[in-house]
Amino acid sequence: MEKAKTLFDVIGPVMIGPSSSHTAGAVRIGYLAGKIFGERPDKVTFRLYNSFAKTGRGHGTDKGLLGGVLGYDVDNENIKNACNEADKLGISYNFEYREDYTRHPNSVDIILENSSIGKMTISGISAGAGEVAITRINGYKFNINGDYDTLILIYKDKPGMIYRVTALLQGQDINIASMHCDRKAKGQQASMGICVDGCISDYIISELKKIEEVYLIRNIEVLKK
Amino acid sequence: MTNLKNFADILETAENKGKKIYEICQLLESENTEKPVREIRERVKEIIAAMKAAINAGLQSDEKSAGGMCGDDCAKLVAMYKNGKSLFGGLHQKILKYSLATVEQNARMGKIAACPTAGSCGIVPSVIIAVSEELEVDEEREADALITAGLIGKIVSNKLALAGAVAGCQSECGVASAMAASAIVELYGGTNEQIINAAALTLKNIMGLVCDPVAGLVEIPCVKRNAFLSIYAVVGAELALAGIKSVIPVDEVVDAMKQVGEMMSPKLKESSEAGLATTPTGIKIAEELSEKWNNQ
Repeated sequence: MEKAKTLFDVIGPVMIGPSSSHTAGAVRIGYLAGKIFGERPDKVTFRLYNSFAKTGRGHGTDKGLLGGVLGYDVDNENIKNACNEADKLGISYNFEYREDYTRHPNSVDIILENSSIGKMTISGISAGAGEVAITRINGYKFNINGDYDTLILIYKDKPGMIYRVTALLQGQDINIASMHCDRKAKGQQASMGICVDGCISDYIISELKKIEEVYLIRNIEVLKK
Repeated sequence: MTNLKNFADILETAENKGKKIYEICQLLESENTEKPVREIRERVKEIIAAMKAAINAGLQSDEKSAGGMCGDDCAKLVAMYKNGKSLFGGLHQKILKYSLATVEQNARMGKIAACPTAGSCGIVPSVIIAVSEELEVDEEREADALITAGLIGKIVSNKLALAGAVAGCQSECGVASAMAASAIVELYGGTNEQIINAAALTLKNIMGLVCDPVAGLVEIPCVKRNAFLSIYAVVGAELALAGIKSVIPVDEVVDAMKQVGEMMSPKLKESSEAGLATTPTGIKIAEELSEKWNNQ
């Protein structure tokens, strides 16, 4: 579904240049990946593909991605110095440049690691004009673009899980704007991405934590645009 | 009013209600986002403040861009004006300076407001700020002008993605120039019809503009193109204010742009596979940059 355009799709965002797709988009992908990982990583590997790989260095795509992981917004003037900031924080980072034309022209895989969470692989695309999407988390398909507060769950595939989550949201009078589910195979792990109107409360998160065999819960707030 | 999708609808609604185009636009935005008009205008003023900050920062810098292909062009212009040399009067000098200052700031990873895109970020701010200074208007009028520009871009984007990769530079710097032309007409107190005509006249004359950046970077030809298309907006506004009309209605002009965008070879749509990007010099620059980055 194409979303309704607003005035601020045309004027703005206020951002660090030079490219809305290759700089601002990169910051947003990095930011969302950092939030999805949920903790400070010790190590981050960025695997840039195609146009991101070919022209990324001249567009600051590398610094944008890293700055985003550090929690920077698109207008943070420190994006230029993201590498130094990561060094100061003791975060090691590495950029790999690849070609794979089965992938979107502006794609990246971000592999984040630390001792408490382990390793997560988060893939994103920059669709132009600063619009982005997180397309995969640990291989599961998602479509997270930061337009809504979004609940991300990875859990054991078994009957009733979607009902339990959506009933909990309904109980808090939260409307679901869109929802996407995926799984590896029957009875193995599965994923849910739920975009909602309004916001997801701490109460909802604490109730979700009570559900057995939920391995990952994240609440990603709407991106400032 | 949410079904106002084209310029004819906007113009008709504005005339029937006896309102200016920016008033219709902010009402539409308010309806769609369920936010009060005051809040929308506050956000617009924040963006204008960011545009002014980018101009000021750009005027004070001659730092080279990431690709090293630009960064000191605005400084050259400023130096010439200091020596009293120019073919232009003060307003046009200002527009050129502000345009280059902004877009060079973008190329050196400074903070700018995309309008509609980062690569075309110099055009709309340069004319709105320069003309507003010339006319000594307040920030409310600057906001009226930027909202007018925003509506032009938004209506075009209903039919045509504002991205060089989709429709070539006609949809980035070209649309920015049309947005800027309409903003000037608003600032000079032109009618709704003149505002729409300024956009139509400008769009007709940027049709087919390709996106062929050297080494894929927002530097050549983007930076200097901003300067050219800022002045182009003045021409569009001047003609419209004189009552000159586009014989082809603006909605048909946008349809034609979309058609031209679809017919344009993908090699000329931000892929750097033709045009300036594949000239001997363009290729040489791309190779040198590639070598430099691979050695880092």
